[in-house]
Amino acid sequence: MTVDSERESPTRDLPGILEEDAEQWTAKLRNAAIDALPPQRLMPDRQPAYVASWIYVFGVLTLAALAVVIATGMVLAIMGPTWWHVSPVGHFVNSLHLWSVESFFAFMVVHLWGSFFMAAWRGKRRLTWVFGAFAFLASVGTAFTGYLSQQNFDSQWIGTQAKDGINSTGAGAVFNVLNFGQMLMWHIVLLPLAVGVIVGVHVLLVRRRGVVPPFALDEPGEPDDPPGTAGIAGSAGTASVEGEA
Amino acid sequence: MSVIAAVSQFVLGALFDLNRPGHYVHWGFIQLSVANLVVIGIMIVLFVAAILIPYRREGGDR
Repeated sequence: MTVDSERESPTRDLPGILEEDAEQWTAKLRNAAIDALPPQRLMPDRQPAYVASWIYVFGVLTLAALAVVIATGMVLAIMGPTWWHVSPVGHFVNSLHLWSVESFFAFMVVHLWGSFFMAAWRGKRRLTWVFGAFAFLASVGTAFTGYLSQQNFDSQWIGTQAKDGINSTGAGAVFNVLNFGQMLMWHIVLLPLAVGVIVGVHVLLVRRRGVVPPFALDEPGEPDDPPGTAGIAGSAGTASVEGEA
Repeated sequence: MSVIAAVSQFVLGALFDLNRPGHYVHWGFIQLSVANLVVIGIMIVLFVAAILIPYRREGGDR
């Protein structure tokens, strides 16, 4: 089965898929997903040679830190505030949650600097950059509501300072930083969900467009496709800096 | 456990005395805590090191 045959066949030659079902929305959605992210691109075995640089490691370091943040946050949610405030193990997991967040932001900012100075939005990667920016903003919101969920003098101080800022925007009526229950729900339900979805889309866009290559030393343009994926349906093709996202 | 906790508390407490107001740097309207400045410095060092230090390669174009 070749990639070209996938593009031509409405059933994408998948076992158990009937030709007469090709007009159903499920078939169309599945085919669109396969065209956009064929398995070999979604989970590649090799990366281009230029990825062999430490600066490319910080994206996955950010993801790893996020995994620890989520895992420790789930433990804190299961065990509850008394546990994380009083017991030694609770203190330890609470500290793991804090320091994984610190690592997450440090890695993310170094990843941001690297992406910025490589102009990582080149070659139809604008949406990847935009979703990265959204992920950063949503993460900042999640961290701020985390400060408000500490249940200590620090959170009280931050809450009373933040209320003036939020009230000056007019949003204080619906987003009350002195309302602990509301802030906790934002911190452990809504914002993590937003961060998870945005980061997921960001990673899928990275897989779809490939990792941005370094600036060519002697050519004004740069190759756009991840090596070995030329001709794949949905491929970006050769593009210039002005390529669309 | 308690011995380790006591030792680490003593050593870290000697290095980082948290029982006093923090140090801040003022530059016009910008005010930064020294702790945050240190973190930013470490991030810049990490960034420069990530660019300059060669990545270990085992051949091929992996």
